[in-house]
Amino acid sequence: MAQQGTAAGTRAGAGHAPVPRAKVLSRELSVFYGEKQALFDIALDINANQVTSLIGPSGCGKSTFLRCINRMNDVIDTCRVTGSIRLDGHEVYDPMVDVVSLRRRVGMVFQKPNPFPKSIFENVAYGPKIHGLTKGRGELEELVVSSLVRAGLFEEVKDRLQEPGTSLSGGQQQRLCIARAIAVGPEVILMDEPCSALDPIATARIEELIDELRQTYTIVVVTHSMQQAARISQRTAFFHLGVLVEAGDTSKIFTNPEDGRTQDYITGRFG
Amino acid sequence: MNSGDSAAHAGGAPAEESKILRRRHRADRRFRLYGLSAVAIALLALVGLLGGIGWNGISAFHHHQLLLDVELDRAVLGLPAAPDVDESALRTANYTAAIRERLRELHPEVSGRKQKRSLYALVSSIAGFELQRLVLADPGLLETSVSLALPLSDEAGRYLKGDISRDSEESRRKLKDDQLDWLDAWAAQGLIERRFHTRFFTGGDSREPEVAGLGGALLGSLWTLLVTLALSFPIGVAAAVHLEEFAPRGRVTDFLEVNINNLAAVPSIVYGLLGLAVFLNFMALPRSAPVVGGLVLALMTMPTIIIAARAALRAVPPSIREAALGVGASPPQVVAHHVLPLALPGILTGTIIGMARALGETAPLLMIGMVAFIADPPTGPLAPSTVLPVQIYLWAESPERAFQELTFGAILVLVGFLLLMNAIAIVLRNRSEQSW
Ligand SMILES: Nc1ncnc2c1ncn2[C@@H]1O[C@H](COP(=O)(O)OP(=O)(O)O)[C@@H](O)[C@H]1O
Ligand SMILES: [Mg+2]
Repeated sequence: MAQQGTAAGTRAGAGHAPVPRAKVLSRELSVFYGEKQALFDIALDINANQVTSLIGPSGCGKSTFLRCINRMNDVIDTCRVTGSIRLDGHEVYDPMVDVVSLRRRVGMVFQKPNPFPKSIFENVAYGPKIHGLTKGRGELEELVVSSLVRAGLFEEVKDRLQEPGTSLSGGQQQRLCIARAIAVGPEVILMDEPCSALDPIATARIEELIDELRQTYTIVVVTHSMQQAARISQRTAFFHLGVLVEAGDTSKIFTNPEDGRTQDYITGRFG
Repeated sequence: MNSGDSAAHAGGAPAEESKILRRRHRADRRFRLYGLSAVAIALLALVGLLGGIGWNGISAFHHHQLLLDVELDRAVLGLPAAPDVDESALRTANYTAAIRERLRELHPEVSGRKQKRSLYALVSSIAGFELQRLVLADPGLLETSVSLALPLSDEAGRYLKGDISRDSEESRRKLKDDQLDWLDAWAAQGLIERRFHTRFFTGGDSREPEVAGLGGALLGSLWTLLVTLALSFPIGVAAAVHLEEFAPRGRVTDFLEVNINNLAAVPSIVYGLLGLAVFLNFMALPRSAPVVGGLVLALMTMPTIIIAARAALRAVPPSIREAALGVGASPPQVVAHHVLPLALPGILTGTIIGMARALGETAPLLMIGMVAFIADPPTGPLAPSTVLPVQIYLWAESPERAFQELTFGAILVLVGFLLLMNAIAIVLRNRSEQSW
């Protein structure tokens, strides 16, 4: 019953914006780890060219939901997904879907910056190489540079593209990971607590970057910080114990939540 | 409240407290002392062992040769006077006679069969073959005088190295006083030269210690290890990759894992018996051949490599896999492009340690006949051969005293290789730790 209510609320929330289009759409999505159910009948719309943040106490299933969108959960043997999650209307968990091309369309940035132990250049070039996106060295170099530019990292690393990616600072590494995700030309970028391992200045840079990237990509960010959700996202979804409690415009969630649990969480009464 | 507390401490309890403190410090010191003495004992044992081997074995790396100008007179050699001599005649000519003739010239005072025999006995019985080899290579040497560096007999060599003392009772040594006199005279005339013993490293085994070499065993070990490596490395790594990266966790995988660990603990001689039964009796592969040795040692080494490779693969952080999957790499690409390169130093470390163990392994090779006396260095993996540790075993069993020095020399070589391999393994391991 509660899920039905949220779904209705989602649609109501979507009414404000100039016809936002649902890029990702989940219905009755449940996820199990072995016997344990981690998500219960999630119905959530994620609009194109918006930043949607997922908030909630830890262990409530935010990462699990995020990892359904690009099927990163596939690598966990015990993980089982039921229900529906669609990208542009196509079922993500359809057995016909090619996971490799799905992940090309849905990029991911992780909590801890995880550049490959290779050069900065190779980090960004790897995705385009395996997908065969460029012809010749020149085109590849162009793509690497433009990706680094978009990730706001190029100016800082342009003289040392051959140095290892792991030699950068934490914030730079995270922007390198964003550049790496951008380089394969995704439509959706998933970020799982991308700033939780960074200092406030690096965090501010990433937040700015997320706001810029919204023009081109659909972005879903998991965050622990409510201030961050408020600063960067247009829509917010609040998860609690595997249930999507409430989703809607960020301003509404933070000023006038419908559910008591949301109210309690944003006022810091738990979590 | 607080200040009162500390005052009480300062006033009432310092004696008590410092006693506890002192006792604890003493315990700390004792504890450190135990550790240090254990390390010292281990070091002492190691130094003692290596030092002992080195002391006894290092002398095997050089030897003494007798410098002689020998006349290649046709009559002495027993060849016809005709200018053209066919090869078979050259092969069977009496080269020893030429050397003996020269020795008699050096010592005209020697008379009587018995005394002459003692004189000839100072030169190695294979010296004639050296001369034969020269002449066969260049028949033009006939009727000329050639300068030779001839091997001395094993006992003469031991005397020149100081292993035999003139002061010992004559009846209790093989070399008699007159022989020692001749050797001393040669040394005084500058006819004895001390050289690096190249043949020890390149020559094949021999019944004569003065010319026995490790070359055959080294080559045999090389062929054997090549076969071992060529089989156990790819199969071991592929098995580890499958088990670690692709096999679904479950009963079958658990069963395999337990049994791989069991295999790693099986005594090596059991692998030898298996090799005897399967490779020699059933598959009828040649005895004493490096291929069979390599097959047996590969079976023995594979579990070690699988275990080491799995540990190395597991040590690659999951974040790297996620990063690669996240940009759309397929699981085989993740393994080939990221996981394997990062795990490689660890895998190589395990492999080298496995190879070092295989290099030192004797028991399973005895079972498949690699213990035979083989004079010619093997020409390939199918030729009969022996290996370093088995050569050591063979020499250690030989009655001639001079083989003892060779045994220690061979142990030095073996230990040298093992240390080198372990050093490479350590360097690789350190490098792999730096990479992330
Ligand atoms: N690989 C896994 N295996 C089993 N349980 C898991 C696994 N990953 C997450 N879970 C469980 O699923 C629930 C949701 O986890 P997660 O999505 O990581 O939460 P969040 O990201 O909101 O902190 C938690 O109870 C967690 O213990
Ligand atoms: Mg999480």
